[in-house]
Amino acid sequence: MKILVAIKPVPNPDEKVKIMGDGSGIVLENIKMVVNPFCEIAIEEALRIREKLTGEVIIVTVGPKVSEQQVRTALAMGADRAVLVEAGADLDSLAVAKVLAKVVADEKAELVLMGKQSVDDDNNQVGQILAAVLGWPQAAFASKVEFAADNKKANVTREVDGGLETIEVGLPAVVTVDLRLNEPRYASLPGIMKAKKKEMKVVPLASLGVDTTPKVKVLSYAPPKQRAGGGRVADAAELVSKLKNEAKVL
Amino acid sequence: MADILVVVEHQEGVFKKNTLSVVSAAKVLAGLSGGEVDALVLGDGVAAAVADVAAGTGVRMVLLGEGAAFAKYLAVTYAGAVAQVVKAKGYGAVFAPASTFGKDFMPRLSGLLDAPLASDIVGLEKEGDALRVKRPMYAGNAIGTVELVGSPLLFTVRQTAFDPATMGGAKAPVEKVAVTAEAGGTAFVSRQETKSERPELTEARAIVSAGRGIKAQENFKLVEELADLLNAAIGASRAAVDAGWAPNDWQVGQTGKIVAPELYIAVGISGAIQHLAGMKDSKVIVAINKDEEAPIFQVADYGLVADLFKAVPEMITELKKLKSA
Repeated sequence: MKILVAIKPVPNPDEKVKIMGDGSGIVLENIKMVVNPFCEIAIEEALRIREKLTGEVIIVTVGPKVSEQQVRTALAMGADRAVLVEAGADLDSLAVAKVLAKVVADEKAELVLMGKQSVDDDNNQVGQILAAVLGWPQAAFASKVEFAADNKKANVTREVDGGLETIEVGLPAVVTVDLRLNEPRYASLPGIMKAKKKEMKVVPLASLGVDTTPKVKVLSYAPPKQRAGGGRVADAAELVSKLKNEAKVL
Repeated sequence: MADILVVVEHQEGVFKKNTLSVVSAAKVLAGLSGGEVDALVLGDGVAAAVADVAAGTGVRMVLLGEGAAFAKYLAVTYAGAVAQVVKAKGYGAVFAPASTFGKDFMPRLSGLLDAPLASDIVGLEKEGDALRVKRPMYAGNAIGTVELVGSPLLFTVRQTAFDPATMGGAKAPVEKVAVTAEAGGTAFVSRQETKSERPELTEARAIVSAGRGIKAQENFKLVEELADLLNAAIGASRAAVDAGWAPNDWQVGQTGKIVAPELYIAVGISGAIQHLAGMKDSKVIVAINKDEEAPIFQVADYGLVADLFKAVPEMITELKKLKSA
């Protein structure tokens, strides 16, 4: 099966981001960029499917040239080759989805796997938009993917409010992955060595002929309201008394 | 501006209250830009009951699109049907909740209509004549001001950011609309509901959440006992869900449920950035953790540095005393 995995580099999610003084952006100097955690899960799933069904795992990202570091990480995990569509960092979800649709068509992918959301913009959009642009079925928030015997269909279990839901999608399809799908592997040292020699095709955005004029523009960033926090109580008795008499929530 | 459409979420005939906050958000836009707010209910026979509830939420009218193809929710059929209604009636904006329902089909609608979508919005404002949308990014550590270009404007709404519209008001008319559905290679197979007698996480007045510190699934009994005394819903951190101690839909956080109850009690939760993103707008936050350095204490109004296996039973005893007083 030919599987395309779309990935995105994000600032290390374990560090709290800082907003630039003028609110025009997020401070990225001295911040470690990593593969978006949901994308790692998508890569892992693609590798597991390839192990079972054979085929090829192609990584694709849309963004600045420096993204190749995270693409190399994906290759080091075991993906076969990569496509980097070189573009500015300001593309919106619609533009990214249209660019991906072009790559999917060029590569004749049979399955697209991607994270349900990138933990920087927190949009949770690109996979579903891509499915619409391609006219393909979609299964968002996957926690289990099982293929039918003929590999023409898959049952995908989705993490939804209220529990779990299973749908059947005909292939080709776009599947966006949730946290419980798998535990991504780490890149091994031999994997890292091999990744250096794997093919990474750099494609200029302009060569794809996609209109990427943004329809969603982030104009500025501001910090959220801060909580006072830090209050302490000595024991459970004081806690319950304060909840009743001070906070009045009991 | 053209009129505004709210897509109503329901679970096979049961109206979901998140729609009330979505109606409020849609009315904020109507106040800023003009236009009337209508609701759309898709479903089969049970949808009429949902339309009846939606009719009492202060909307101008309710559109009811029925058909066997809508008996089970599918993103493919919903996005297609909403697109038909938007085109036929010329709506200028579409709102849905930022639940796993809205987050699933609204981006697909965005792709079908080539229309801009702002996810998980917490505010709408005017800057001169221009509309500005506020939405949390980076696990809620930045609030982005966003401009949308194109039409219709699409929004998913963070339920906790808008006061719910009232239910049971004067009934708006319900009008049937013709919609067709193409399942396009997708079919519903099954649904596994997390059974609970407790309030829903996103609707509860109080929530007791447990994390890694709870150590084992059987220890959730302690959390349940505390929750029952407070008529609270039960939540969990990612660590507790990943460990298999709690079902996935209990997860509170950046990529799980976003909650803002009157009272949030975090038990054995360290307070990773991703968890704080899901609960830091709660009115009163209590943290019980034996690690006094745990980041959860930075957002807690009442922090108790203690072993939860000692503190929670003591809290239960105190609450029982209070109840019998």
